[in-house]
Amino acid sequence: MENTANNDHVHYDAEASKIGMWLFIFTELLLFGGLFLIYSVYRFMNPEAFHLAAEELNTSIGALNTVLLLISSMTIAMSTTTLQLKKKGATLGLLAITIIIGIVFLVNKYFEWGVKFDHGIWPGSEHLLNDFSQGEILFFGLYFVMTGLHALHIIIGLAIIVAAIVRIQKGTVHENRAALLENAGLYWHLVDLIWIFLFPLFYLIT
Amino acid sequence: MSEEKHHIVPYRVYIIILVALVALTFASIGITKIELGAYSVAGALIFACIKSFLVLTYFMHLKYDKKYIRVMVAFVFALFVVVLVFTFLDYLYR
Repeated sequence: MENTANNDHVHYDAEASKIGMWLFIFTELLLFGGLFLIYSVYRFMNPEAFHLAAEELNTSIGALNTVLLLISSMTIAMSTTTLQLKKKGATLGLLAITIIIGIVFLVNKYFEWGVKFDHGIWPGSEHLLNDFSQGEILFFGLYFVMTGLHALHIIIGLAIIVAAIVRIQKGTVHENRAALLENAGLYWHLVDLIWIFLFPLFYLIT
Repeated sequence: MSEEKHHIVPYRVYIIILVALVALTFASIGITKIELGAYSVAGALIFACIKSFLVLTYFMHLKYDKKYIRVMVAFVFALFVVVLVFTFLDYLYR
């Protein structure tokens, strides 16, 4: 394409950036993998307490957030298609929707954590330490660490999507240099992937 | 566009996958409502595995990428399963 001629001095290797992103995603998967490992051992050792503690969680909010993340994953995946079809407006629109859904997810999380705080449940709170069993304390510890770390990833993902929007608007990310958008998409799907496992493990304990 | 490596995924594919993912989410909620005891955890996790397979294959474009990326992803998940199995071998038989 002609419009890449003035960018020739900028090194660009779509495949290398993709591999780099995947290698980073592997470290993220193993980071959460370690936490899932801790979760499975503690749940195995305290099945009753995990069952009891999970009653505190609101399955409806969890399910709503799951569906929201799945929809946002689709919109960002679609934006890679629209970018390749050179539909800049549609790409920016889809990314804006992705960001809005991500923020709604965080707002839901805020209210969900707020309810726990109102009940006096937060890591190291007196109510938690005095009135709950060891297994329940472990459950809530894992709940706050894992959903908190996941929410942190949502925030980072949103920042990367904003960066992609800015670069698309400036024209430095386009159909022939789509790596930034594709990597933003990969990161966002990773966040979705982790939530796909967090949801049944925390909200769907029977 | 002369490059063949850029496979353009049609919107239809993404919509079908989203519908499947949402359906699987509600199926996993449904299965935990039924009294299956220990099997309901297994059921919900199997649904989660199918969902993550769909996300990896279609949303993360593994289906359209070169095969070696798929192999690397499979290796990382296999590594996690190995560590999980060895951890539980320890806890179950110590």
